[in-house]
Amino acid sequence: MPDDKIMPAVRPEFEATPRDAGVIGDAARPLSLWERLSNHTGLRRVAILVALCLAWQLYAQWLNSPLMFPTFKDAMTAWIDATTRGPLIDRTLTSIRVLLIGYGCGIALAAVFTTLAVSTRVGTDLLSTLTAMFNPLPAIALLPLALLWFGLGIPSLVFVIIHSVLWAVALNTHTGFMAVSETLRMAGQNYGLRGIPYVVRILIPAAFPSILAGLKIGWAFAWRTLIAAELVFGVSSRSGGLGWFIFENRNQLETAYVFAGLFTVIIIGLLVESVIFRGIETRTVRRWGMQR
Amino acid sequence: MAAGTARTNGGNGAAPALLSVDGVTLQYKTRDHLVTATYRVSFQVQRGDRFVLLGPSGCGKSTLLKGVGGFMPPVEGSIALNGRPVERPGPDRMMVFQEFDQLLPWKTVRQNVLFPMLVSGRCARAEANDRAQRYIDKVNLTKFADIYPHMLSGGMKQRVAIARAMAMEPDILLMDEPFAALDALTRRKMQEELLQLWDDVRFTVLFVTHSIEEAIIVGSRILVLTPHPGQVRAELNTDGLGQQGHEGAAFQALHRRIHAMLFAQRVEQEERMRPHA
Repeated sequence: MPDDKIMPAVRPEFEATPRDAGVIGDAARPLSLWERLSNHTGLRRVAILVALCLAWQLYAQWLNSPLMFPTFKDAMTAWIDATTRGPLIDRTLTSIRVLLIGYGCGIALAAVFTTLAVSTRVGTDLLSTLTAMFNPLPAIALLPLALLWFGLGIPSLVFVIIHSVLWAVALNTHTGFMAVSETLRMAGQNYGLRGIPYVVRILIPAAFPSILAGLKIGWAFAWRTLIAAELVFGVSSRSGGLGWFIFENRNQLETAYVFAGLFTVIIIGLLVESVIFRGIETRTVRRWGMQR
Repeated sequence: MAAGTARTNGGNGAAPALLSVDGVTLQYKTRDHLVTATYRVSFQVQRGDRFVLLGPSGCGKSTLLKGVGGFMPPVEGSIALNGRPVERPGPDRMMVFQEFDQLLPWKTVRQNVLFPMLVSGRCARAEANDRAQRYIDKVNLTKFADIYPHMLSGGMKQRVAIARAMAMEPDILLMDEPFAALDALTRRKMQEELLQLWDDVRFTVLFVTHSIEEAIIVGSRILVLTPHPGQVRAELNTDGLGQQGHEGAAFQALHRRIHAMLFAQRVEQEERMRPHA
């Protein structure tokens, strides 16, 4: 048995003095222009957008059916026409105003619910039960009721937007608060922080990645719900929003203008995501190393 | 010399203790059990002590520190700082935790050190700035003062936590295995730095560890606790052995003595299991 054991050969020992770093050369080399360009997130994304537009244009040209699928060029012309001479800007502003009211109210209510949930056990139960009930319920499904209660117009829209924002934001914020580490909590209490200052100065920044995620999801839900709601009853409302713009143009078979409306929805979504939310992210959670 | 000066007013124990823990029993609830962490533990910490709570895991030493910190009320006995009973967490007892995530990630090193001074209203902005700079210098982090914690190594994070606690100039510093998560080389360095800081500033520290070696190096007085539930086994002086190098005969002897105390029961059991040994 002992003969089977592997025995490594005995090798001589040695010591070495490390070479001067000058001999090795630069440990850090500047990146080439191409490497730097391909590292730029914005640039990469713009490239993807350009490729998509190009594909659209080529496909639509090949299809050659402006009624069903206008080319990118036609859609852009329609968009420019609708913004400069048509009602598109008015419609957009109407939509955004309603959206901001709903979004703001939703966040305020979410703050109330989350405060209740972190401070009392009944609050926690209330929030989780309500969230479990209402989060899967599409806001649009509440629209008939909202129309019955608040009539045609802004209050109904605000009601369904609140419904779509509230649960997503509250759920995320609460999850974020629950996930704050015990050490950080104790560190905060150690400074003598209690009550509201403790929540504001320790819990909210510590839970900020989750809160921000909630705000993003809430924003997307609100935007979707609004456009959908406007499509459903925009026809009879007096000062319609973007949804109505889309609906109206479809009725008149102005397909290029339908695309212009959709295009606006997408642009605003992209702007909010890549300018506002990304800006907040780079200034907060990324700089703090809470998110890569 | 250090250990001697630490108790200049100690005498026959006549001087009033800074921290007195008297017959403290601590319990905490898990899902299914009520666990008694410490049972009727008493000790007194004098000003300038480097008082170490030493014991194997499960002896309730961290729980005891949380009790002193005010995070956990005792079910029996009393804890008093400067004669006033401890009721809740407060900035007169600054904690340094084992975990690296004790720093606020949304603040730079300097802001982390400033934050407790400002929110507790301990000092005005100008003085706080002064103190922050002084203690950041003391823990050798001058160059990293405006960097966020996620860019620091583990040892540096612990230094920030120590600077943050010390800048408050608390009555007592509570350290819960602050070096346990560090690698061996960094740990040794941090122990030496802590001793230098103590030589410099002469603070009072209550230090929890499960390492006999660390206890002798860092401590001036060691409270040895037995496990399940934690009870006092002994209270020993280190006589400044930690500052004299770690390989001396006296150091080894104290090490063996404490080791024997902590493992006595287990050795007896093992002896009984091997009668011919």
